[in-house]
Amino acid sequence: MRPEAIVDPPEPAAAPLVSIRDLQTHYSIRGNFAERLVGREAGVVHAVDGVTLDIRRGEVLGLVGESGSGKTTLGRTLLGLVPATGGSVRFDGQEIAGLPERRMRELRRQIQVVFQDPHASLNPAMTIGQAVGHPLQIHGIERNRARLRLRVAEVLERVGLAPAEQYLDKYPTDLSGGQKQRAVIARALILDPVLLVADEPVSMLDMSVRAKILELMLALKRDFDLTYLYITHDLATARFFCDRIAIMYLGRIVEIGPAPAIYADPKHPYTRALLRAIPEPDPERAVPRDLPRGEVPDAAQPPLGCHFHPRCPLAFEPCGWESRDLRELLEAHWARLAGEPDVEEEQALFGDLAPLGRPSTEVRLAAPRGRSAEEMLALLERIRREASDEPFWRGVRRLEAVDGHLELDFHEPQSPQLAASGGVAVECHLYGMSTASVAQPNRDSPTGEPSSGS
Amino acid sequence: MSVLDVRRLRVFYGTPGRPVRAVDDVSLQIGEGEVLGLVGESGSGKSTLGRGILGLLPEGARADGEVLYGGRNLVGLSQKELRRLRGPDLGLVFQEPMTRLNPLLRISDHFRETLKQHEPRLSDDERRRRSLETLGRMGIPPTRFRQYPHEFSGGMRQRIMIALALVLRPKLLVADEPTTSLDVIVEGQILALLADLKRNFDTALLLITHNLGIVAEACDRMAVMYAGKIVEEGPVRDVFADAAHPYTRELLRSTISLETTELHSIPGAPPDLIDPPPGCRFHPRCPHAMRVCAERLPEEQRLEGGRRVQCWLHGPARGIPAGGELPLQRQTIGVADEA
Repeated sequence: MRPEAIVDPPEPAAAPLVSIRDLQTHYSIRGNFAERLVGREAGVVHAVDGVTLDIRRGEVLGLVGESGSGKTTLGRTLLGLVPATGGSVRFDGQEIAGLPERRMRELRRQIQVVFQDPHASLNPAMTIGQAVGHPLQIHGIERNRARLRLRVAEVLERVGLAPAEQYLDKYPTDLSGGQKQRAVIARALILDPVLLVADEPVSMLDMSVRAKILELMLALKRDFDLTYLYITHDLATARFFCDRIAIMYLGRIVEIGPAPAIYADPKHPYTRALLRAIPEPDPERAVPRDLPRGEVPDAAQPPLGCHFHPRCPLAFEPCGWESRDLRELLEAHWARLAGEPDVEEEQALFGDLAPLGRPSTEVRLAAPRGRSAEEMLALLERIRREASDEPFWRGVRRLEAVDGHLELDFHEPQSPQLAASGGVAVECHLYGMSTASVAQPNRDSPTGEPSSGS
Repeated sequence: MSVLDVRRLRVFYGTPGRPVRAVDDVSLQIGEGEVLGLVGESGSGKSTLGRGILGLLPEGARADGEVLYGGRNLVGLSQKELRRLRGPDLGLVFQEPMTRLNPLLRISDHFRETLKQHEPRLSDDERRRRSLETLGRMGIPPTRFRQYPHEFSGGMRQRIMIALALVLRPKLLVADEPTTSLDVIVEGQILALLADLKRNFDTALLLITHNLGIVAEACDRMAVMYAGKIVEEGPVRDVFADAAHPYTRELLRSTISLETTELHSIPGAPPDLIDPPPGCRFHPRCPHAMRVCAERLPEEQRLEGGRRVQCWLHGPARGIPAGGELPLQRQTIGVADEA
């Protein structure tokens, strides 16, 4: 479906620290008990579905998306915690996708992680000193207890847990949330990593503490020459923290570029929605009413075409309109009229909507006994008149009543490709449709981004 | 007219040693159809206050003071009497919708049970119509009425929870961090629904949150809670434009938003509620602390525009002893003490 867009580029002067090419991480899901018993798969979750991006040395790359976007899975794949099912991840030139656990363990000294929940990240039975020193023991780097304690104390003071003697023998429960997260950062630092994957490191902390932890992380990055992958749902903190931003939606990078460009001129309708949805501490601003409807759909059965099209206010012909969008249209109509007498009759006219759940660009529905396809058509036409600017109708190529059936064809779905647009790369048909039916990523740059030239 | 009038409410949690003063002498009014934001950091007592109002305190908690609803004091009512009020009068929406829906019951069953219990005279048809209508207003289509909770997404479950509270047409809805576990776009959708409660259901809302952005966008008035006390209260616009309490100002400055141009954090940490600092609870972290602040609890002062504040910077002068307005001498705070 997607053209192989990646060409091996000539190695630039400073090779990226991490090169991810067409990475796929799919999970099998099994259905009911009987299916599990016979080992039959009910589906595949495309958590990461063809991601290409670089993490440059010394940068903070923000990977931003909602839950279900695949951002955490991408981070875990990079850490070797879940196996990639396709594509390539090179760390410092070395392929790590499919690396055996033993080899991965060596690499993990260089790739460390800080998770969201500092309470769950620390073993309640270990003192802070033991927890922070643990990685040195696991990796067999320091066995001398006195030297270990000295090294731990040094790192604790570096993360602001000073004087270290006050914290070394304390247990996690004695520490506040922010202090725990400092200890978790210390534990990650003690191995002298090159890359730190920080998965929502401040989102469970109180507002008054977040700034301190972000500032600490920026200082550490400077002092220890670190590179960060900052995984978050929060575009507000990412703005402070990141050099570049990658926006992820249902397993795909939909926009990537320098942070200032993304914030000043967001291109993808999804990026715009994410920015608009952030509650601003400004009483002159009301709750935004024009947010995309619905939620991130099931990654086991992503929408056809552009995965964002069912929620996109700007979606048009090629974006992937299909049967499930017709079901959504009808259900939204009935939700609006809920409680009114006509609704049940209208529902009866369309009967069971389950067949529409199978993704298809051609819909053929039989009129129920005693009713006609013309009545079904008339109802759809009425819905269309009530909201004619509804993007759904742009996707409809043919709608008619034929031989007692309602027939509806949608335009052929096209999957957008990441393509350069004004300093960033964006995966959206609104950009780059003029040159070709399917935009090709910029051949000069494997990530589709225009090369910065520096 | 206020729907609810909280007067000098205290809530204590019993601990083996001394009690935790989670809510410490709090007074608060909520007007009809008003959206009041109750904001504070974790451990400020904001959730306990919400539960205290509804009589939903855990075992071992003790409350005194008054929670006046319709002329009755809810503090001290039996659980049976409270249960009769909860639902038709006082609704509740929690942070985690999945834990509040019974996974074995269809959505239709949840609504039937709720309406049967509180409005037994409704006919089956009427019950069904009201349920579908309320769900519809929350964006849940009638085609999904007979589905089970697990068949819905997180945002839809929260919509269902809100509908389940609203179907009884309560006068007041208490929503405790209703969007905290939701993604930002879904959060926005739910906030829009809550901000329209007055228009659509004539329900007042007590919105408990740690997010000042939510307060700014969705609330009419706000109360700022710190260490069990409401330190400032007033119309949202006025408080944001010119916060009277230093804690409110610090909280506003430390909020990271798209408009933020520099990072700021509040030094120190919220106090232990078993043994809170004497005087003003905020004085150890306050950039303007005076000697009086470490000695005497500030008196509540009424300001213009229906605002009130508990801070010695606003007087009264008669309460400040000679020399009390001099800057407080204190020890420096360690780097990580804030965390």
